[in-house]
Amino acid sequence: MAGDENLKTLPLEDLHKAAGAKFGGFAGWSMPLTYPLGVMKEHQHCREHVGLFDISHMKLFLVTGPGAAALINRACPIDAGALEQSQSKLTFFLNDHAGIRDDLIVTRLGDERFMVVANAGNAVADEAHLKDIAKDFDATVEPLDRVFLAVQGPQAAEVLRAASLDVDALTFMHGVEPRENWFMSRSGYTGEDGFEIGLPEKDARDLLAKMSGDERVQWIGLAARDSLRLEAGLCLHGQDLSPETDPASAALMWAIPKELRAAGTFIGADALRAILEKGPATKRVGLKPEGRQPVRAGTKLTDADGNPAGEVTSGGFGPSVGHPVAMGYVSAPLAKPGTKLFADVRGTKVPVDVAALPFSPHRYHKG
Amino acid sequence: MAKTYFTTDHEWLSVEGGVATVGITDYAQEQLGDLVFVELPEVGKTLSKGDTAVVVESVKAASDVYAPVDGEITAANEALSADPALVNSAPTGDGWLWKMKLADESQLAGLLDEAGYKAHIG
Repeated sequence: MAGDENLKTLPLEDLHKAAGAKFGGFAGWSMPLTYPLGVMKEHQHCREHVGLFDISHMKLFLVTGPGAAALINRACPIDAGALEQSQSKLTFFLNDHAGIRDDLIVTRLGDERFMVVANAGNAVADEAHLKDIAKDFDATVEPLDRVFLAVQGPQAAEVLRAASLDVDALTFMHGVEPRENWFMSRSGYTGEDGFEIGLPEKDARDLLAKMSGDERVQWIGLAARDSLRLEAGLCLHGQDLSPETDPASAALMWAIPKELRAAGTFIGADALRAILEKGPATKRVGLKPEGRQPVRAGTKLTDADGNPAGEVTSGGFGPSVGHPVAMGYVSAPLAKPGTKLFADVRGTKVPVDVAALPFSPHRYHKG
Repeated sequence: MAKTYFTTDHEWLSVEGGVATVGITDYAQEQLGDLVFVELPEVGKTLSKGDTAVVVESVKAASDVYAPVDGEITAANEALSADPALVNSAPTGDGWLWKMKLADESQLAGLLDEAGYKAHIG
């Protein structure tokens, strides 16, 4: 809850208070949930103009040294050495059972230099995990103290250009260090074109001062961040991904290169091969409830005959698509879009269609 | 003349002729944020104080609204099916939730008046 002394506060909390934010606890942080605009309008504003998010609760790790690529290849099912300069990839930390400890974005910044962006809720465990693996490699793991801002939406590039940032060299899923102690990538968690910028607090305040008064830009809270990512079909670790789910059942195998599935030596490789050989028992799918009633995380799903079919892992209302949206895990044979299922919402059977993701089309700038 | 009561669960009741119209307060709608769905009760259903009467759903979460007193549902605000945001824009007017026939008017004595409710929310 807001005001809980055990919660960490954002370095820019004063700005959020001045903007009228309502705060709530998330992953150990006191975070802006909504601003006076409200979740619906914040969501729509981001799809139409520019949403500004303070995501300083997320963690940046700089991995450097002659063994940096080898360390990442051990920690993640990725070929770090094959990444081009400035290329970013979605990847994971897996456990020995191929369960997803966290999902991450890894960016190659140099021959021996990588940025790893991790989720807030897993940051402490991720740091310990990376440092533990680093003992076997000639590499250093450095957690960075940065303000981290996401600037998302169709006008994000123009707004940053107006703030004198060189955005045009970047295409979707690429990241650079444009200034000392800055990290800027063209990526995000909304399905829109946009940028994530890690930078020192003073530089962040200067950048925000340049954007203040620009009506295209609005602060967006965690509530709309969640509805934006859900419409975009993007996973939230702790809900849609967990140490009990693996990349195959999570329908995220596209993030793992084919050669590595066969011959990779990353943590969890053997377990993942065994899962792939049998085929995953469950699959993550999009779910579109009929009518207007949202179907929430934890709701059980049944097939037309009333047999257990799976469970919802994220659910809410999609302000841009104008209907409830959800995702969840269903038995693999029921994962085909169009399959009719039922959600048990407080005793009422709400019809739910398995739906293709995303609900709201991605509009990334692929160059 | 209708008389208005409040609960510590941020509901209001407007009572006239043994029937209460029930809704949530402006403070409550503000806390919930934009509503996208209201699960209305069946007319004729009998509720005891503390039973869930209505579920209001915001973009993010579902919240129960409890029966503040015992009684029988006599009407549900069907306008909310098409426009749940009425609860946000007019929580004490067009955004009312249900009407109920009171089983025991003496229960009203345990509720707050407007001054008491204002003191409650500080």
